Amino acid sequence: MGIPTALATCLYTVATRVGANRIVRGGRFHHPFGAPEKPPAEEYAWRQKFVEQTIQALCTPVQQPTVFDVEEAVLV
Amino acid sequence: MTEALRVVHYLNAFFGGLGGEAEAQTPVRVQPGPVGPGRLLEQALAGHAQVIATLICGDGYFAEHEEAVVEQVRAHWRTLQPDVCIAGPAFRAGRYGLACGRLCLEAERLHIPAVTGMHSENPGSDLYRPEHLYIIATESSAVGMRPALERMAALALKRARRQPIGTAAEEGFLPRAVRRTVSTGTPAAVRAVDMALKKWRGEPYTSELTVETFETIPPAPPITDPSQTLVALVTESGLVRQGNPDRLPSAAATHWAAYSVAGMDRLVAGAWEAVHGGYDNTAALQDPNRVVPLDALRALERAGVIGKLLDDLFVTVGNMGSLNAMKRIGAEIAATLVQRGVQAVILPAT
Repeated sequence: MGIPTALATCLYTVATRVGANRIVRGGRFHHPFGAPEKPPAEEYAWRQKFVEQTIQALCTPVQQPTVFDVEEAVLV
Repeated sequence: MTEALRVVHYLNAFFGGLGGEAEAQTPVRVQPGPVGPGRLLEQALAGHAQVIATLICGDGYFAEHEEAVVEQVRAHWRTLQPDVCIAGPAFRAGRYGLACGRLCLEAERLHIPAVTGMHSENPGSDLYRPEHLYIIATESSAVGMRPALERMAALALKRARRQPIGTAAEEGFLPRAVRRTVSTGTPAAVRAVDMALKKWRGEPYTSELTVETFETIPPAPPITDPSQTLVALVTESGLVRQGNPDRLPSAAATHWAAYSVAGMDRLVAGAWEAVHGGYDNTAALQDPNRVVPLDALRALERAGVIGKLLDDLFVTVGNMGSLNAMKRIGAEIAATLVQRGVQAVILPAT
């Protein structure tokens, strides 16, 4: 059965190649859940959205490595 | 005519003719001359080398008394004075492969050249290729005995004579994590473009780099009701408590750590540091939630969107991690998660 896992990373091509099944694309290499260029309140709102997207990914059935985007529903 | 080189051959109890699984508990014994596949090996050595003795040990006994067996085998080598040690081939037999790998490693440490053979998916291959051992690639079963022994014999002779060894593809051994610099006469940029053009035209080409292939992990079924789900945070970002109490390394980690986040609304700057040596941690140090989003997850927990967040955060360092170490770390953390009843994982990766 296994435990569903959402991998949050900007390196979604690498994540796809190594076979992670639920990949949420976002952030930067140095801070997957950060957007330091934004004002603090906006950054937090963005992170909230990103975290919600990871929960969405965990609730979605997948058959193979699948990339979810913070902005759009399913990217690849 | 120079004297024939001295080979000591290692076999498990099954190939040593002692029997099957019931004899897997047989302790080390030594028999003069070749035994079983050793006779075929000696043919392949074509008079250049002689199997002077065969060491036989049950795989079960080896696994349970590894250090003691290694001691005894070393003592036999001291008496027998081999020019080269040959172990197996073990094909896809896991415990046999592990025994062959360990003994070859010990032989190499004593400066006795060693050669073994096994299937690429034998766990001994995963464990001992990174130790730079020479492991001839074999079929998965003894059907491939003859070609395996022929290649092992050819390589063993070269190694015993301290002759130059060809590439993995030429000699038939499994890639042993060694890169040698060779001059091709053509600059890398030209070779890369040539290769790209060949690929584009659909012509055959040989990559200079073996791309690691990864096993396919069947996707876990999704969670049905997040509001009833226990969620855990696992990360390879090297985000550790200030002072790095578990001494996680900046690269090539071999262990992991768990830190309690019970009662924390967010990760507070100054209480955490990022030891991962592969990324600029400035933004992470200013606000560790940028790497591990505890603040946003707590908000979801309070709102009842997710059931509960596990009290522990699991951390390792992914930077330059070896596949085997990472697999083991992953398995260890996963076992802990199962034990704690975790139903979903969020894994921020840098």
